[in-house]
Amino acid sequence: MKSDRKETLATLKRNFEEVEPPFSKHDALDEANRCLYCYDAPCIQACPTGIDIPSFIKKIATDNLFGSAKTIMSANPVGASCARVCPTEELCEGACVLNHSTKPILIGNLQRYATDWAIKNEATLFHAGKPNGKKVAIIGSGPAGLSAARELARMGYKVTIYEAESEAGGLNTYGIVSFRLPQKISFWEVEQVKKLNVDIVTNTRVGVDISAKEILEQNDAVVLAIGMSSVPELGILGEDLNGVHDAIEFVKETKTAPIHDDLYKKKVAVIGAGNTAIDAATCSVRLGADNVKILYRRTLAEMTAYDFEYEFAKQDGVEFRWLTAPVEILGDEQGKVTGIKCVKMTLSEPGEDGRRRPVPLTDSEFTIEVDAVIKAIGQSRYIDLIEQFEISHDGGVVTIDSETFQTSNSKVFACGDCIFGKGQGEAMVVSAAQQGKASAISIHRSLLKETIETA
Amino acid sequence: MADLSTNIAGIKSPNPFWLASAPPTNSGYQVQRAFEAGWGGAVWKTLGDPILNVSSRFAAVSFNGQKVAGFNNIELITDRPLEVNLKEIYETKKKYPNHAIIASLMVEPKQEKWHEIVKKVEEVGVDGLELNFGCPHGMAERGMGAASGQVPALVEQQTYWVKEVAKTPVIVKLTPNITDITATAEAAVNGGADAISMINTINSLAGVDIETWNTIPHVGGKGAHGGYCGPAVKPIALNMVGECARNSRIGVPISGIGGISNWQDAVEFMLMGSTSVQVCTAAMHHGFRIVEDMIDGLNYYLDRKGIASVNEIIGKSVPKYSDWGDLDLNYQIVAHINNDVCINCNKCHIACEDTSHQCIDMLTGTDGKPYLQVREEDCVGCNLCSIVCPVDGAIDMVEKRNELPPMTWNERQEAIANISYVANSTAK
Repeated sequence: MKSDRKETLATLKRNFEEVEPPFSKHDALDEANRCLYCYDAPCIQACPTGIDIPSFIKKIATDNLFGSAKTIMSANPVGASCARVCPTEELCEGACVLNHSTKPILIGNLQRYATDWAIKNEATLFHAGKPNGKKVAIIGSGPAGLSAARELARMGYKVTIYEAESEAGGLNTYGIVSFRLPQKISFWEVEQVKKLNVDIVTNTRVGVDISAKEILEQNDAVVLAIGMSSVPELGILGEDLNGVHDAIEFVKETKTAPIHDDLYKKKVAVIGAGNTAIDAATCSVRLGADNVKILYRRTLAEMTAYDFEYEFAKQDGVEFRWLTAPVEILGDEQGKVTGIKCVKMTLSEPGEDGRRRPVPLTDSEFTIEVDAVIKAIGQSRYIDLIEQFEISHDGGVVTIDSETFQTSNSKVFACGDCIFGKGQGEAMVVSAAQQGKASAISIHRSLLKETIETA
Repeated sequence: MADLSTNIAGIKSPNPFWLASAPPTNSGYQVQRAFEAGWGGAVWKTLGDPILNVSSRFAAVSFNGQKVAGFNNIELITDRPLEVNLKEIYETKKKYPNHAIIASLMVEPKQEKWHEIVKKVEEVGVDGLELNFGCPHGMAERGMGAASGQVPALVEQQTYWVKEVAKTPVIVKLTPNITDITATAEAAVNGGADAISMINTINSLAGVDIETWNTIPHVGGKGAHGGYCGPAVKPIALNMVGECARNSRIGVPISGIGGISNWQDAVEFMLMGSTSVQVCTAAMHHGFRIVEDMIDGLNYYLDRKGIASVNEIIGKSVPKYSDWGDLDLNYQIVAHINNDVCINCNKCHIACEDTSHQCIDMLTGTDGKPYLQVREEDCVGCNLCSIVCPVDGAIDMVEKRNELPPMTWNERQEAIANISYVANSTAK
C-alpha cells in the first residue's frame, strides 16, 4: 500500500517535467535552414523585445550557437524563458511570412535550442559596464526587474534588486507551471544578471524590511517592477473553507514544495478563465485530480487565456463551464469543501472594458460536487507599497509616461505587471522584459542629462 | 575577441571577408552599403571597355528544394563607363579608408592597354589590382578572361605587363576551366604576381526547360554557356586552393573564392591556405548582412580555440593535404552502427549491398525487432553508409587498430624495388 503511494507520487512528480521536448540538432538545423532569412522581417516587428530573429536562426544554421544565444539574450534578458512561454503564434510565429505559403518557422523552439546551448555550455554572454558611479534600486526580480537590471549593469550602473521571496525570478520562478518553464531556466537568467555584479537582496520586502523612503534616498533612480499580488476574494460564502486555494499560491507550491497527492482522484473547480486559471487547472490534472472544471461567468469569446493555453487545457481533459458563476462554496462539518453552488449567466450590454457584462439568470442555481476550489479571477495590487513611494496610480495600476516609463516621481520608473491594466501595458513576460529594457534606457537618458547639466 | 585584420600581399583589410568582383560590387552605392554591413574589402566589378549585356542573365540550381545550391550567370564585366567607376572608387575609398578596394581589370592582351588601365585605377587610390583571367563566358570569345587564363604564357606575359607599371599589389584571378590550375598559378607567379585568387566560375549550363526545350537561362530562345558558382562549387575551389597552397613553386598568398557562404566555409578555405576569402553568391542570395554572422562566427570560433589572430589559422591544413601515394595503406576504419540511435531506414544496408562491399546485415533480434550489423572483417571503411545515414550518431566510423606499421604506396614501391634490387644483386 505504502509503495503504491510512493509510485503515485513519483508519477505525479514526473507529470511536472517539461512537456515540450527540445529540438534535436537535426530538428534545429532543418528548421533553421527552412527560415527564409527575410529582410526587414515581420517576426522582428512582432517581437516586443525586437529580437533579430532571422539573424539568430542563421547563426543556428552555421553552428554559431554562442552568437545565436547572444543575439537572443541581448534583445531579451529573459529570452530563455520566453522561448518557452511566449504566445509565439500571436507574436513572431504568427507574423512569419511562411504562414502564407506553408507553415511558420518554429521560432520558439529554435530560440530554446540556442539558449539551451548557452545554459548547457555555461556561456558568459555579457559583461558589466565600466562603473559610472550611479546607483539604481530595482524593486522586484521578475522579468521586468531582471531585464532593467541587466541593461543598467551593462551600462555601468551599480544595481541592487530587492526581492521579497527567497529566490529571484518572480513570475518565471514561482508563477509559471514547471511543465512549461522549469525553475532552472529562470535561475539561469537570474545568474546571468548576478554575474554583472548586480546585488540581489532576497527575503526583503520593501515597505516592511526596508522603507521606500530609504531606497529613494540611497539611489539615483528606482525601478518599480513589483508585479501583482494575490488573487482577490470572490466575495462569496465559504471562501475560508479548507480546500479553497489562491491560484498563484497553488501554482507556486508545485514549484517550491514536494509534489503532493492531496488532489489525487479528487474533483476540482477553478474559478476564472485567464492563463493563471489554465495553469491551476492543468496543475490539478497533473496532481492526479479525476475531474477538473473551469467555471467562467462569460464565454469562450471573452476568455483571456491564450488559444494555445485553452487547447492545452482541453488536451489535458479540463472541462469548461461557460456562463457559470459561483455563488457559494459548500463545506462539511469539518470545514472541508464539498461542493460549489453556481448560477447560470447570460451576457448583456458591453461594460466599460468593452466586454459584454454577464448577468445571472433567475432560478438557475445548481451545485457541483467538488473537493477543492481554486480562485483565479485576477490579481490584486500592491497599493500600500505604491503609496509609500507616493506615486500616482489608478486603482493600483501605476501611472507612467508611456514613452519613458517614468512615474509621477521623476526618479521612479515602473514596468511589468504593476503598470498593466486599465488599458495600459501588456501582461506578457516578453512585454515586461521590453519595458524593463526601456526603463533602463530612460534612466540612462535622464541621469545622463543630469550629468550634462551639472557638468 | 580575436584580431581579424588581414594583410594579403600588402593589401590590408579589417577582416578577411571581401566581396568578389561580381554584380554586388558594381557601383559605389553597393560597395559602400557592403562596407557599412561589415565587409572588410571589395573587389570592384571588372573594369575594362564597357560592354553590352543581355537580358536574362542568371539561373540557379535548386537541390531537393533548397534554393541556390549552385548559381550560373552570363553577365559580363562592367557595363558602366570607366570614368564613372573611377569616380565612385575614389569617393568610396575616401569615405572608407580602412577598407580594401581592389580593382578587377580585364583588357585586351596588349601591353599598352594594360599599362593604361593600371595607371588610371591606381590614380584613384585602389589598394590593389586583380587581373581577371577567369571569366569563362562572353569575354573569352573576344580573347579575354578565361581565354587568356587558360594559356600559361599569356597569363605570365600579361601579369608581367601589369607589374611593369603597377605600384599596388597585383592579384591574378585564375580560371578553374583548365586541367591543372597550378600551371597557370605558376605562370602568374613567374610574371610577378604578388598573390593569386581562385576560382573564377566554371563553364556551365544551369538546365534545360523540358517543356519548352529552351536553355536555362535563355535569351529570346537561345542560350550560351555561363559561369557556375555558389555552394556546389566549393569542393572544386577548395581543392584548387589546396593544390596551389602546397605547391612550393607558387608560394604567394591566395585569396580563396568559390561557394563560401558562411564563417565555417571561410575557415576551411583559410586552413587550406587562403589569406582572405571572397564571397558573391551568398550575398546575392541573402544580402550584405550575411557578413555579420561571418564575422561573429569566426570570432567565437577563434576565441573557442584560444587563437588570438585569424592569421594563425592560414594554411594549417595544408601540410595534411598530400598525394594519394603518401597515404597510409595500413590505416583502417570500420563502420559501427549504434542500434539505439538507428531508426531502421536500411539505407546503409542497401547502399553497402548494392554499391559497396556487402558488409551490413539486416538481422532480427531475439525480441523480434530488426537491427543492422556491420561485418567488420569485410568492411573497407569507405564511409558510404555513414554518408547516406540520415540520423546523427547512428553510424560512427571508428579506427580499427592493427599490428601493421604505417606504410604508404610510395614506401611500399620503394621497398619492393629494394628487395628486387637485392634479389637481382644476389642472383648475380
